[in-house]
Amino acid sequence: MQNKKRYRGQSQVYQIWYRFRHNKSAMLGLVIISLLILIAVFADVLFSYDGIAIKQNIMERLQAPSAAHPMGTDDYGRDILARVVHGSRISLGIGFGGVAIALFGGTIIGAIAGFYGGKVDMVVMRVTDIFMAIPNILMAMIIVAVAGTSAVTIAISLGIAAIPTFTRVARGAVLTVREMEYIESARAIGAKNSTIISKHILPNCFAPLLVQTTLSMAIIILSVSGLSYLGMGIKAPIPEWGSMLSASRAYLQGNSYMAIFPGLAIMLTILALNLLGDGLRDASDPKLK
Amino acid sequence: MREKEMLQTDNILEIRDLFVEYRTFDGTVKAVNGLDLSLKAGMTLGLVGETGAGKTTAGLAVMQLIQQPPGIIRGGSIYFNGENLLKKSDRQMRAVRGSRISMIFQDPMTSLNPVHSVQDQIAEVIGEHEKIKKSEAVIKAQELLEMVGIPAARSKEYPHQFSGGMKQRVVIAMALAANPNLLIADEPTTALDVTIQAQVLEMIKELRRKYSTAMLIITHDLGVVAEVCDAVSVIYAGHIVEHGTLEDVFDHNLHPYTQGLFDSLPNLQDRKVKLKPIKGLMPDPTDLPKGCVFHPRCKYSMPICETEKPARAHRTDGHYVECHLYDGGDVKKSKVRTT
Repeated sequence: MQNKKRYRGQSQVYQIWYRFRHNKSAMLGLVIISLLILIAVFADVLFSYDGIAIKQNIMERLQAPSAAHPMGTDDYGRDILARVVHGSRISLGIGFGGVAIALFGGTIIGAIAGFYGGKVDMVVMRVTDIFMAIPNILMAMIIVAVAGTSAVTIAISLGIAAIPTFTRVARGAVLTVREMEYIESARAIGAKNSTIISKHILPNCFAPLLVQTTLSMAIIILSVSGLSYLGMGIKAPIPEWGSMLSASRAYLQGNSYMAIFPGLAIMLTILALNLLGDGLRDASDPKLK
Repeated sequence: MREKEMLQTDNILEIRDLFVEYRTFDGTVKAVNGLDLSLKAGMTLGLVGETGAGKTTAGLAVMQLIQQPPGIIRGGSIYFNGENLLKKSDRQMRAVRGSRISMIFQDPMTSLNPVHSVQDQIAEVIGEHEKIKKSEAVIKAQELLEMVGIPAARSKEYPHQFSGGMKQRVVIAMALAANPNLLIADEPTTALDVTIQAQVLEMIKELRRKYSTAMLIITHDLGVVAEVCDAVSVIYAGHIVEHGTLEDVFDHNLHPYTQGLFDSLPNLQDRKVKLKPIKGLMPDPTDLPKGCVFHPRCKYSMPICETEKPARAHRTDGHYVECHLYDGGDVKKSKVRTT
């Protein structure tokens, strides 16, 4: 039995997963995120969008949680549970979309800066520094103000705003890896620069980038809610956690459940992503056992 | 003209008057200074010297893998099969690397990529230089692994699952994957413990018999040289001070530096004999001494050594030494040491 296991190819991904599995809080984060993704995917099955999530019913406005409305209703009489469920689509969608843009853009820019070094590195990193000096949310607000507010433009703007962070992480990782002897031996077998970057360097930078991905996704989801709260995000009546929070402001004293549930949804998502990120960081560093 | 002239020699590798420098903020590090090397096809040449003598730089120069900047090849020529490698473009060099010349690096622990399985890494070398399908390359890779004594069942494993000696076998399989004409081994056994060293050397010898690949073995270990080399070049401060066949250099060595190297070896017959290490350290490569670079450490140092570079003196056709002790061409008569 033992032997069989030892002789199986143990890729780096397999090793990370092996260590990750034994980390309870990280697994909790993974479970929560998986559940949220499932909820987002099957939101229409759980609650009809037109029939419940955005259907106004003035007779049932501002009801406290009950059997019929487990999370109560808002000021237009809409079921908050249904809106929280549908809101997960926006948050996770923008979260994944934005982080994909940031990961893709940041990795390429950072890898080129780190690999070629010298003047290229100098120019790229100074530009990155300039962009990093602007707060993410401010940056996103500028882009949204110019390009308009839709889920897609918000995802793109938050993604672009997060590129500098990924550029730094990727560059740092590439700088370490490119000095390794196996990169020299890749050159010695006659590999092209592009092959060396994509096949030999980037796979070895996988761990820090993966960690950054989960952490950045949390920031992006929080920023979506922040933008919506400020009225620069997703427009009504589309359910979005941040705008739900914003709408609850006037009713905080008497109907605090209106704020509590979307707030909890945001908190839970961010918490789960951070647990996941921390777990991945620990799992990808064998020295941190 | 010159290239034509080269083609007539049967030397697979011929380095002439090579100068390599590293230009840093602290000054110019003169790593290789007028290096001459020649290696006949199918033979094995040992390049022997202390740490910092420019051995690795010489190896990297042949592969054109010197980091530029700060490194710069300031002069000389490197003929491989009669072609001057220094005249080749990046693209042409890429075709040479790995397929016609390949290199084994010092530390097998770090010279394999941790994220790819060993068969994939060997298959990559084959795929880089031959137009064959990935699946065929993988099968070839497995055959190579079998040849160096790693069962095919383990070929899907990753480098961290192998011991140091097995990793070095993988590295050697990788270096041989595209049937190179010349193999440069940079301290192939330094990072291994003694028993594994013996195994790896045995394997290198056997592969050499099988494929008759020419080899340049870069090492500071005279034991390794005695095991596998046909000819030996002794390098000091980036310059060859003595060159000859294995027998010439081991039994009839002339240069005080070469003699010092042998005196630094422990005597197994008489364990009470004290070691006689060479006094001093390698000269600072940013500030090499004038005249003979070895004179500050040489016990035979004469006034002329401080001012003039020694000329080459031949003992036989294949054995030469650069030292003022042998000025005047009476090398053949001079004291011949027997060890």
